[in-house]
Order: sequence, then C-alpha cells, then structure tokens
Amino acid sequence: MAVCIAVIAKENYPLYIRSVPTQNELKFHYTVHTSLDVVEEKISAVGKSIGDQRELYLGLLYPTEDYKVYGYVTNSKVKFVIVVDSSNTSLRDNEIRSMFRKLHNSFTDVMCNPFHNPGDPIQSKTFDGIVSGMMVQTA
Amino acid sequence: MESLTLSDVEQKYYSDLFVYCDTDNTKKVVSSGRVLDLFRAAQLPSEVVLQITELCGATRLGHFGRSQFYIALKLIAIAQSGLPLRVESLNSVKDLPLPRFVVGKNEAEARHAALYQDTDGQGLYPTAVIPRPPGRGQQSKKGPPTSSTTLPVHEVIQPHGPASAEMQPEATSPVVSPHQSPPTSPLSWRKHKRQHSGGNIDRQQSVPSAAAAAAGAGAVWTQFREPQSVAVTGPVSGDGMWQSHSPPPPSQESWVSFTADTPPSSTIPAMHPSSVQESTTIRTVASAATTNEIQRQSSAYDDPWKITEEQRQYYINQFKSIQPDLTGFIPGSAAKEFFTKSKLPILELSHIWELSDFDKDGALTLDEFCAAFHLVVARKNGYDLPEKLPESLMPKLIDLDDSAEVPEPTADVGYSSSPVEVTPNKSPSMPSLNQAWPEMNQTNEQWETFSERSSSSQTLTQFDSNIAPADPDTAIVHPVPIRMTPSKIHMQEMELKRTGSDHNHPTSPLLAKPPELNEETKLTASMKFVAANAVGDGYSSSDSFTSDQEPITRQRSQSGNSPEALKVVAPPLRPPGLTPLTLAPLPPRPLPTQSSVPHTGHRGDTDSGGASLTTTSPQQIPQQPNFADFSQFQAFAASEQPSSLPETDKHAEPGPVDKTSEGAGPLRTVKSDGPAEERSVATVNSAKGVSGPIAPPPKPVRRRLKSEDELRPEEEQHGPQKANVIAAVLATQPSIPRSVGKDKKAIQASIRRNKETNTCWRDSTVNCNNSSRTCWRRGYPWRCSWSSSDPSPIFNLRGRGL
Repeated sequence: MAVCIAVIAKENYPLYIRSVPTQNELKFHYTVHTSLDVVEEKISAVGKSIGDQRELYLGLLYPTEDYKVYGYVTNSKVKFVIVVDSSNTSLRDNEIRSMFRKLHNSFTDVMCNPFHNPGDPIQSKTFDGIVSGMMVQTA
Repeated sequence: MESLTLSDVEQKYYSDLFVYCDTDNTKKVVSSGRVLDLFRAAQLPSEVVLQITELCGATRLGHFGRSQFYIALKLIAIAQSGLPLRVESLNSVKDLPLPRFVVGKNEAEARHAALYQDTDGQGLYPTAVIPRPPGRGQQSKKGPPTSSTTLPVHEVIQPHGPASAEMQPEATSPVVSPHQSPPTSPLSWRKHKRQHSGGNIDRQQSVPSAAAAAAGAGAVWTQFREPQSVAVTGPVSGDGMWQSHSPPPPSQESWVSFTADTPPSSTIPAMHPSSVQESTTIRTVASAATTNEIQRQSSAYDDPWKITEEQRQYYINQFKSIQPDLTGFIPGSAAKEFFTKSKLPILELSHIWELSDFDKDGALTLDEFCAAFHLVVARKNGYDLPEKLPESLMPKLIDLDDSAEVPEPTADVGYSSSPVEVTPNKSPSMPSLNQAWPEMNQTNEQWETFSERSSSSQTLTQFDSNIAPADPDTAIVHPVPIRMTPSKIHMQEMELKRTGSDHNHPTSPLLAKPPELNEETKLTASMKFVAANAVGDGYSSSDSFTSDQEPITRQRSQSGNSPEALKVVAPPLRPPGLTPLTLAPLPPRPLPTQSSVPHTGHRGDTDSGGASLTTTSPQQIPQQPNFADFSQFQAFAASEQPSSLPETDKHAEPGPVDKTSEGAGPLRTVKSDGPAEERSVATVNSAKGVSGPIAPPPKPVRRRLKSEDELRPEEEQHGPQKANVIAAVLATQPSIPRSVGKDKKAIQASIRRNKETNTCWRDSTVNCNNSSRTCWRRGYPWRCSWSSSDPSPIFNLRGRGL
C-alpha cells in the first residue's frame, strides 16, 4: 500500500500526484521531486545500452527512515514514483512491480482517451480509482 | 419611484418572478439574495445591475419591495434591450420585451430550454436558455431580444421542485407553476419535464415532439407564457452544428437539434442574440408536443440509459457518417472531433469516453459509439454521468461465431441486449444441426456413449425431458443438434433402429446446451469429442454436440484449427430452418476430425488428421462412420429423408476408413442438401479438415438421438474410450431392425462421395488452416477468405453427388 503515488511527465513535471492526505503532502511532493534525480541517474546509467533494453522497473530508488521510494520509467520517459511506508515491510518487490504494472496499464488507458492531451494533468476517474486502490486506506 | 405601468404580460411575468424571489413568502419583499441571483441571471454587467438596483430604489430602501422589484425587472428589460438605463424610460419604452434571465438551474431546466430551442423552426420558444449544469458554463446571454414585439424569451428560472412551489403561489399569475397540475396541457408536460428531466432523451422524436418537448421544457416558462404569446427564439441555430455532420431527417433533426441545442441551447442565446423572436403560441405547439413529450419522457424513465429504437437509428446514422462500415471502428481522433461538437466540456467527454470505450482500444465500435452518444445526449439533457457504464449501454458481447452467423438476429436483439441475447440466436441455428444429427443414428449411439462418460450426461437426460415434448422432427427450434432425424419418419426409423434414443437424447442435451453454452463453449465441447478419443471429456462436450457447430467450433478452438472449427460450427449456426439434412453433414465431419484432432491436434493437418482418423485409433474410426452416417442420412434425408438416417448409421459399420470418408461424405452431402449456407458452412468446415473436429461433437449428439437405452449401454462402453463406444454403437446399429437397406446403399454412396470431397477438403484445409487460424484468432473465422475459395470445388462436388 503506497503512501504516495506520482506520475511524472517526460519533462519532469508532475502529471498526477496523490498522497495519503493525513500527512503533510508537501513532504511527499518534495520526496518525489528529489527522487527524480535518482531516476535520471538510473536511466542514464542504462542508457548506454540500446535504448529499449532498459528495464522499466527501477526498483528501490532510495530509502529513508520513514519510507521507501520506488521508481518505474516507461519507454516514453514517463516516470511513476511510489512512496511506501517503511514500516510496511510486508510489501515485496513483486507487489511493487505489480503496482507499477497496474499504474502503467491505467496510464495507457488514459492516454488512449482521445480527449486527453498528453502532457495535461491526468483527470481520469478510472485512473483515480486505480490509484486509490493502491493507496493506504486511511480512515 | 415613478409609477410603473406594466403591460399585462409584464405584470404577470413580474409577479411570477416576484413570487419566485419571494423565498420568505412575505409577498412583499423579496429576498435580496434571490433577487440578486436573478439579476445576475439577467446576464447584465454588474455595474448595470448595480445601477438598476439603485434606480429602482432598493438601495434606498435596503430591500426589494414589489414595486422595486418590478421596476428593477423593467430596467433589466430595458438594459437587455440595449437602451440606456433611465428612470424615465420605465414608462416610455414601448413594447419592451420581457427581461430575460439565464439561469443555470437544474439541468433539467436547461434541458427544457434546450428542447425549446431545439425544435428548429418549430417556432420560437421562449428561450429558456438555461445554462447547462455546472460545467456548461454560462452561455452568454443572448443579446437583447431583437424585435421588441416579440416576447422575450423568458427564462424563468424555475427551480426544480422546491422552487416551483414558489411559482405556484400566485394564483393570479397566469403562469401556473409547473408543479401544479396545470390546467393547460403545456403545464402537464411541464410537470413531466420536471419530473422526468431525464426524459429528454427521447426528444429525438419527431420534431413536433421536440417542439413540444421544448415547450415542455419551458414548462416553467410556458406557464408564464401561457397568457402571452410566446416568443420563441429562433430555432436553435445550434442545430446547424450537429446537423452539419448529420443531416438527419426531421425526426432526427429534433435529435440533432436537441443535441446540438443542448450545448447550443446554452449558447443559443449567444448564438442568436438577435434571433428573431417570433411570437408563437407555444402553447399550441406545446400542447401537441406535450403529449409526445410526456410519452417520451415516461418511456425514458424506465431506464434512463436505455436507448430507444429511434435513438439507436440516429446513432447508427451518425456512426455511418463517420465510418460507413458498421462493423468497423471509429478511431479516437474522429470520435473526439465528433463529440467535441457537442460542446460538452472536455473533461466530461473524457469521462464519457472512458465509460464507453469498453475494450480500451482507443476506437469505438458501433455499440461503443452508441453508448457514448447516448451518454452525451444524456449529459446534455442534464443527466449526470454515471460512474460506471450502465448495463443497457454495455456493448453486446457477441460470440464471435454468432456474430458471423447471426448478424441479423443480433441486430434484432438490439444494442442493449446482453450477451445472453446473443445466445438465443445461436440456438435456432442449433436445431438445424440437430436435425442433421438425427440421421446419424449410429453416431448418436456413439455420442451417447460419450455423453455417458461426460458429466453432462445428466444434462442429456435433462435435455431429453425438455425435448421430449418437442417434436423431434422439428428441424428448427432447438439447437439440439441431436435431432438427427430430419423428419418424423426418420425419427421413427431411427428409433427403431437405434432404440430411438434419437431426438430426445440429442436434443435434450442440445437444448440444454445451447442456452448454456455459447458457440464457443459448445465448440470446445465438441472439440473435446474429437480430441477425445481417449478422453471422456469429449463426451461431456457431446452434450454440446447437440449443436453441431458447437462441438465443431470447440474443436477448432482446442485444436487451434480455427478454420476448421469454424466450419463445423457454421452448420449449427445455420438458421433453424435448416433441414435436418443440413445438420447431418456435420456429424460426419466430426468423425474424421475427431480422430485427427486428437491425434494431430492441429487442424491444419487435415490430411494427417484424416489419415489418423483411419489409422489412429480404430476406435475413432468407428466413430467416424457414425458421423459419416449422419451426413449420409442428412444427405439422404434431403432426398429420402426417412431412410437416409438409418442408412447412415448403418454405414458406420463399414470399415473405419469408409466411415471416415463417409463421414466426410455424408457431411458434405448433407450439407449440400441443406441450405446453401449450411452447405457452405459445412463445406467450409470440412474443407478445413474439420472433419476431425466435427466428428467428435456429433458423436455425443448422435448418441442422444438414439434411444437412451441404446445409448446407455453404449455409453458405458464408451466410458473407457470413445472408440469403444462407437464400436458399440455401431454394433447396436445393426441390431436395429429395418432398415434401411436402400437407404444404406444410398448413404454409402454418399459416404464415398463425401470421402472424396473430404480428401479434397483436407487438402484445401491445409491452406485454409493457416488463414483460418488467423481468422480464428481474430474471432472472425467465417470471414476468412479461404473459406470461400477452397471449399467451392468441393461443394460443387457435393452438391452434385448429393
């Protein structure tokens, strides 16, 4: 269960960011922002090889005492960042991967919508629903 | 304040408005809030509003008394007419149109407004330009009414429900609040409107109705207007918008205009600020339309999301305008362009798209398009978009087989049909297969054995019970393929021969199956049969075998020889009217395929399959003959119905090879007998080398055809292996008396012929398989071109032979 989920566009501005409201959202925004550096670093590292061989799932970007940040990049340089609570140790890597996969699928559906302009913030209710399903359910 | 002289109309209007604003019901002073809202709705610049307030003396008084209110209203009218605001003008201006208020109240209101406007040319309706519900934005207020003579569009803000109550109070006011049962017809519809704000969807009905609807929409307004001649704003120019891309007939026009209007309705005022407002007696129009409107509305209430036939026709026409092929897709970009014309906010359109693009492929099929269009219309009418796609708008999940086979029936089903509806379509086709099967008495036996083994044997029995009452000879009806005997005579004979399990068995399972299984499943079942040589699974499918097609199709799917499967399936899909003969061909096919399927597992190797049939398990061979027999019967059934069936069965007895070929032959022959399409279907199947796959399915059915008694023992035998059963069946067949000596010969001849054709088909099948497989994957097996090419020669042969 994620605490914060963000979709970053290719140009590194957020298309969608949502966090558990109980906490200071700004903190998460900041975390996501800083994680972009790590993402870029990972992308460039693999970039040496043929562009497309890069693994989409980036894995743990960096852990902090409170939470862990995972990253995922699509082939079109759209980044997904998931922040999970560190105390939630039950989350395995596979689960994170599946979360990213779901995110990616929903994102694709949003992109398929002809009324959505790429680069616009994502306002799809379906996407919201999927993300809510992945977030920590807070009272 | 100067004395204010108001015309009657104005008096009435103002009093109504006063009542409306009189939230506290003081009858003296209206709440400032309401008044201010009203003034804002007048869409005048705020400074003008301020000025008006000042002029009317409310500022001085601090509240709006009736006189202040009236003055203010008059000033608003003046301002809207573009005249300078002056107190002197209060009384000097002649023929001042009534002030217009654009209120974005309920969407229903807006809808009404839209309706009003949407009747293009219907007349001028008071433009109740009510801004659509939030998000629609405020339409720019129409310019001041053009002709002063015309009554201004009044948009009386008629708040729904509660507000309406306010309107009512003024008994004097000619405008009866909509909620009250208005004495006038317009009122009645107004009420309706109010109640069924959702009913607007039916607006598309004739323009007059649209007009009525509009009138109705104006329920609120109409009330006001009753005493007055209603000035209707020019037809919604918005119509043009939608109409541009859809030149609909008048009835549709209302639709178009409706849809166009809705957005335009809000924009209409803007659109034709100077629209000519002819005085019209909306009421008259409204009255006429009212009834329609009401009716429409009421119909919509049953299911707000149901698409009426008219609507659907309209949607289809719109679809055609974008994509002439009704089975094709509308790409996202074209759809976006189209729906953007509706002037809905992009966010809502995006949501509508999300709801309606069921398969998330970025393109709209006809069903998806209709759903999307319907949602757009609903939204324009003020309905809120649902979170999930309503049931009635879901695209029909048509079984691939069915869609190809029964395009018409599905159409009948209607777009709102659910997948379930699709199934029934298939059913009718099934019976035809069944009919063919009856002839394959022998196979029935085999099938029976199969079915015994399968768990569905019980189903078989159930079928029997269901079918028992049915006339086994009825070729139509049940999908139950089991019906081998095309006619009563056959049935009788079969019974005689085979212990008459015939129809009942086959049919029952078939009956049970068709409804339960859709083509696909059935096919798989049949496939099982085929493949089952060894497996009892086939038997279970035997139930499905009732629908020839089913098993066959299944086989296809299973073995991946889609083309073949398709073929097999095809027959079942044939219209119920197919004669039993047609059915017959199918059974034979399965026989050969059966062996092939299990062995080869790929349809492509029809040849090998065929060979395998003969070579592979001997067990299968006997089965094949059964199938073959069926076809023979079928073929003969056509020619000599009664006897053919038994004959075919008998034929099964001959060597396996013969049987195989016979199977193919009879299938083919039968096919030829049957309706051309059946034949083609069958041939297709056979061509594909379906024979294999077909075989299995028919078997189970055949058994059913036979008397249950026979089947049972056979089934038991079959338990271990199909082949055994088949053999048993075969054995039993001879025991069947009578016969059908001459029939047998005929059948054998046809079997031989079929074998030849089978061989040809097998050869062609190889080629077809590839293509068919592709088609199959795509789910359009019958669309494969190969089907048309290769089988043809064979078909010819069959036809001749038969």
